[in-house]
Amino acid sequence: MKPGPYYQWDRRLHPPAKTPDYKTSVSRSPQYSLISLETSINEMTGPRFGHNDIDPLDNDLLGNYAKPGESPIGERIILHGRVLDENAKPIPNTLVEIWQANAGGRYRHKKDTYLAPIDPNFGGCGRTLTDENGYYYFRTVKPGAYPWRNWVNDWRPAHIHMSIFGSAFAQRLITQCYFEGDPLIPRCPIVQTIPDPDAIEQLTAKLDYNGTIPLDTIAYKFDIVLRGRRSTLFENRLEGN
Amino acid sequence: MTQQLDYLKETPSQTAGPYVHIGLAPGAAGFDIYRQELGWDIAGPNAKGERIRVEGVVIDGMGSPIKDVMLETWQANSEGLYAHPEHAGEVEDGFRGWGRVITDFDTGEWGFDTVKPGPVKLPDGKVSAPHISLWIVARGINVGLQTRLYFEDEAEANAADPVINLIEWEKRRQTLIARKTERDGKTVYRFEIKLQGPDETVFFDI
Repeated sequence: MKPGPYYQWDRRLHPPAKTPDYKTSVSRSPQYSLISLETSINEMTGPRFGHNDIDPLDNDLLGNYAKPGESPIGERIILHGRVLDENAKPIPNTLVEIWQANAGGRYRHKKDTYLAPIDPNFGGCGRTLTDENGYYYFRTVKPGAYPWRNWVNDWRPAHIHMSIFGSAFAQRLITQCYFEGDPLIPRCPIVQTIPDPDAIEQLTAKLDYNGTIPLDTIAYKFDIVLRGRRSTLFENRLEGN
Repeated sequence: MTQQLDYLKETPSQTAGPYVHIGLAPGAAGFDIYRQELGWDIAGPNAKGERIRVEGVVIDGMGSPIKDVMLETWQANSEGLYAHPEHAGEVEDGFRGWGRVITDFDTGEWGFDTVKPGPVKLPDGKVSAPHISLWIVARGINVGLQTRLYFEDEAEANAADPVINLIEWEKRRQTLIARKTERDGKTVYRFEIKLQGPDETVFFDI
């Protein structure tokens, strides 16, 4: 069996383009329907990355921006999980990139002017390749909530932005990982762009007590599922181009 | 009891937000952290074919350029081959075909240097006209938008392209055609992306 075209996106799991409670989406959402394509070789391919592209320390946000002997302030966490497709097949050697605010909810970005201070030992970005079983992990601090100009008193739940490539341009995904039990999750207009409560639950990293390192670092587990693909069952059948 | 299918469900998309640069282009956010940022060199030094520049802006429904967009580009080399094991054939050493492009914070202009891609042969005998696939994320965009950039000076190939021909409204096909200009002896293609409105760019569900 050869791998074939990708299953169609389940557009009902993803947020629609226009979600007025998230105000910026109103003027940035297409009003016409998307044109549906069968995936062809143009999108069944995508960029590939190797260990030459990144450094081993890139997945350690406790160390990748800290001065020697120092460490960022905040709750030390491991964020780990697997990248799978809808067939539960692991996606190996794929690039996972993350970015986040520091423990006080402040981003190291020239456009962020929130009054919570920058942490001199925390950059806020990391990247890694999944291993042969689709497994990834990062060390970081748990980010803080922060306010944003949407409604006048809106606060984002603690979250880590995640970018995942998969094996093909057709799988490219950016999402956000939230933390189990955060009472800001149901109040957030960005979280609530997602219509399906089970899908929101899927964006919530679970406390992973077994993954915790005693006296050192708490662990959260977050698995990512990208589109799966059909198998070409019969060799004499045209593939999906 | 009904038997259950054992497929997993996709992880839903969320907006990249205004600070996408921190993760994907930290230099633009204002700090240096990685040995190398990814996606700045699309074609590499050994790529054959015509060197071109592609530029544009992304316009919102109010007619204003968006200044916090990130685009990713994906293309074949000048012989129509993708740098991927599922596409048979060798690309030039250093040709990745993928790029990452951000808009200027003040003007909203973006641009990148690459080689003009060749037509791509499809297994069913049809041919894709030369094109660059684009994926657009930003604050306010909940799911990355997929579109394709085709070239004004490939009118014959464009007329036969199976994807362009799927677009029922001929007027809308024009939104995917980059306009050719020249600057300092170099070929420049201008591609304006309109997110919303009467001349909205065509976006695909791929």
